[in-house]
Amino acid sequence: MSTEILDRFRPLFEPRGVIIAGASSHPGKFGFVAAHNLLSEGFAGEVFLTNRDGAEILGRKSLTTIDDVPNGAADLVFVCTPQKAVPDLLRTCAAKGVKAAFLTTAGYGELGEEGKRAEDDLVALCDELGMLLLGPNGQGVISTPAKMCAQIVAPFPPPGKIAIASQSGGFVQAFQNYAAKTGVGVSRAVSAGNCAATKIEDYLEYFAADPETAVSLIYVEGLDDGRTFYETVRRATSSKPLVVLKGGATSGGQRAAASHTGALATDDNVFDGMCRQAGMSRATSIEEAFEIAASFATHPIPRGRNVFVLTTAGGWGVVTADRITASRELDLMPIPEDLKAEFDKRLPPRWSRNNPADLAGSETRDTVVECLDLVAAHPDVDAVLLLGVGIQSNLAAMERSGNFYPDHGLERIVEFHERQDTRYAQTAMDLEKKHDKPVLIATELTDCQPENAGPRTLHDAGSLAYASSYRAVTALEHLYRYGQHRSRR
Amino acid sequence: MPELSGAPSHTLSEYESKRRLASLGVPVAAERLASTDAEAARAAQEIGCPVAVKLCGDKIAHKTERNLVRLGVDSAEAARAAAAELLGAARPEDGPVGVLVAQMVSGRRELIAGCVQDPTFGPCVMLGIGGIFAEALADVVFRLVPLSPADAAEMIDSLQNQKMLDDFRGEPAVDRQMLAEVLLGLSRLVESDPQILSVDLNPLIVCEGRPVAVDALIEVRGA
Repeated sequence: MSTEILDRFRPLFEPRGVIIAGASSHPGKFGFVAAHNLLSEGFAGEVFLTNRDGAEILGRKSLTTIDDVPNGAADLVFVCTPQKAVPDLLRTCAAKGVKAAFLTTAGYGELGEEGKRAEDDLVALCDELGMLLLGPNGQGVISTPAKMCAQIVAPFPPPGKIAIASQSGGFVQAFQNYAAKTGVGVSRAVSAGNCAATKIEDYLEYFAADPETAVSLIYVEGLDDGRTFYETVRRATSSKPLVVLKGGATSGGQRAAASHTGALATDDNVFDGMCRQAGMSRATSIEEAFEIAASFATHPIPRGRNVFVLTTAGGWGVVTADRITASRELDLMPIPEDLKAEFDKRLPPRWSRNNPADLAGSETRDTVVECLDLVAAHPDVDAVLLLGVGIQSNLAAMERSGNFYPDHGLERIVEFHERQDTRYAQTAMDLEKKHDKPVLIATELTDCQPENAGPRTLHDAGSLAYASSYRAVTALEHLYRYGQHRSRR
Repeated sequence: MPELSGAPSHTLSEYESKRRLASLGVPVAAERLASTDAEAARAAQEIGCPVAVKLCGDKIAHKTERNLVRLGVDSAEAARAAAAELLGAARPEDGPVGVLVAQMVSGRRELIAGCVQDPTFGPCVMLGIGGIFAEALADVVFRLVPLSPADAAEMIDSLQNQKMLDDFRGEPAVDRQMLAEVLLGLSRLVESDPQILSVDLNPLIVCEGRPVAVDALIEVRGA
């Protein structure tokens, strides 16, 4: 089963060669952008550009006809031609051994009845040719293991474990931008367009089997066959987490969606229940969707509800306690007595003696690291939130750029501060791995000062730092819920 | 009542609907179907007053709107009078009718449960907070048929107003296992009969912590 699906999608995600049909020398055309992106990002396989006039494109000679492509040299054709040229093009490609066609070409199902007929004909033709049909009306496909950037939008994200399939090209782009920003990378991404033959659930089945993928992230507006989608999702979540963002959840969104992909949105309560039943994490916003997927890609699943908060910033501790207390999934566990006793040995009496453990600015060189170690190692603790990382480097940055640097001992203290934040971040990652439980760091500096040693250390190691503790708690809720789903079934 | 637009359908009588649900483990109020006012009086005596007396027939779907329900009927004699009045109110288009005499089930909390055919996902089971604030609260959850026991338990946990399921104004907490059985019964019912378009258990009264279906209506395909 899994070999079959891997074989079916190999021509799309790991093609030996790619034909850009309708390549153009005009920088404003899709046919130019596609050629540019594929060539400039270093695709490992062969690239063939076809252009009616044989124009030179990006310093390469183009072919005037597919006939000139050697038999079996290309598995994928990326189609940027007008609609009327498509049927002949696909027949010729099939004769050359091409197994998959990605169509950016528009004017199909999204244009109503006549377009729908053209789309049905297209599906029938690809069936006859035994060709995998992607799109039409899609913006492209990327595959980082193959260094393949076959898309007419930016960016090419860093490599990673998140696989994306979306009914909106704009959201593929948005997710890829978040990947570039956070450093939590992407394995495969596809703008599924009209999903004429290949549906979101088909991509999901592939992602579930794909060894390069740890978590799937999808955007859906309309589903042709809800039952098949549900069954596929249920199978997929039994091996890997899956995050969904649904467009058209309200009647206003439904009208916008109907004109967008020509599909009818379903009652949102039913969709929501289906997600829970199938073990799929449903996000409420585009940024949350990426963040949950990135959390699955970089952090382990908590085994239980008990969260412990360690903070060097009092207010953050308080509001985080409020947020966890309001959570239906997580508990702000009372501090275990043995942990309290160990903390007492290391801290002056003014520390909070509770969860959150507010170290109250009493930390010396090793206090944070030692306390974090104790918390993460405690068997009752299922997840740890560390707040206040980066505060020292924030000050260091100000001191470094101030008038007195590097004199008056500033050079030494700046280096010390930055070393400490690096150490906190590194310790969190090490303990997370050692104890196989989430140890999350949340600080506004993730957004406000991305070069800060704290968040930067996580970013460079491909781990996700959170821009606020609320977002970290939301991520933990999703991780916990998925863990529960897996353990109950 | 949700139904697939355009498709012909009809409803089963309340009595028949409840019989089918009861056979799949859904608790329903004790009741008798009577064809005359004398039988209704006897039924009231057997069940114990107070009782509810309702006109019942395959073609009667909107009893409350037509004022065909008498609640809190407190003697056999009153049950006889109510039955006579209701039988007299039957219209020719109602077809064969009887009088349903049912135990009055009392509880402060009402739930609503049922099944619908979703146009995208097919048959679903629904659970919600019922009663006069049902629409304002809009606290409803759905799962697709078939339900597993884990699905049913999670469905109950997913209701927003969990406090309404706990100890409530002197009444014990809702028996979650029994409520889960109601949901699993609905799932089995729809699975066993693809002709079923929708099911309404409204209200599902929480009586001493036990959910009991006080009214039920099954809608099936075909004229």
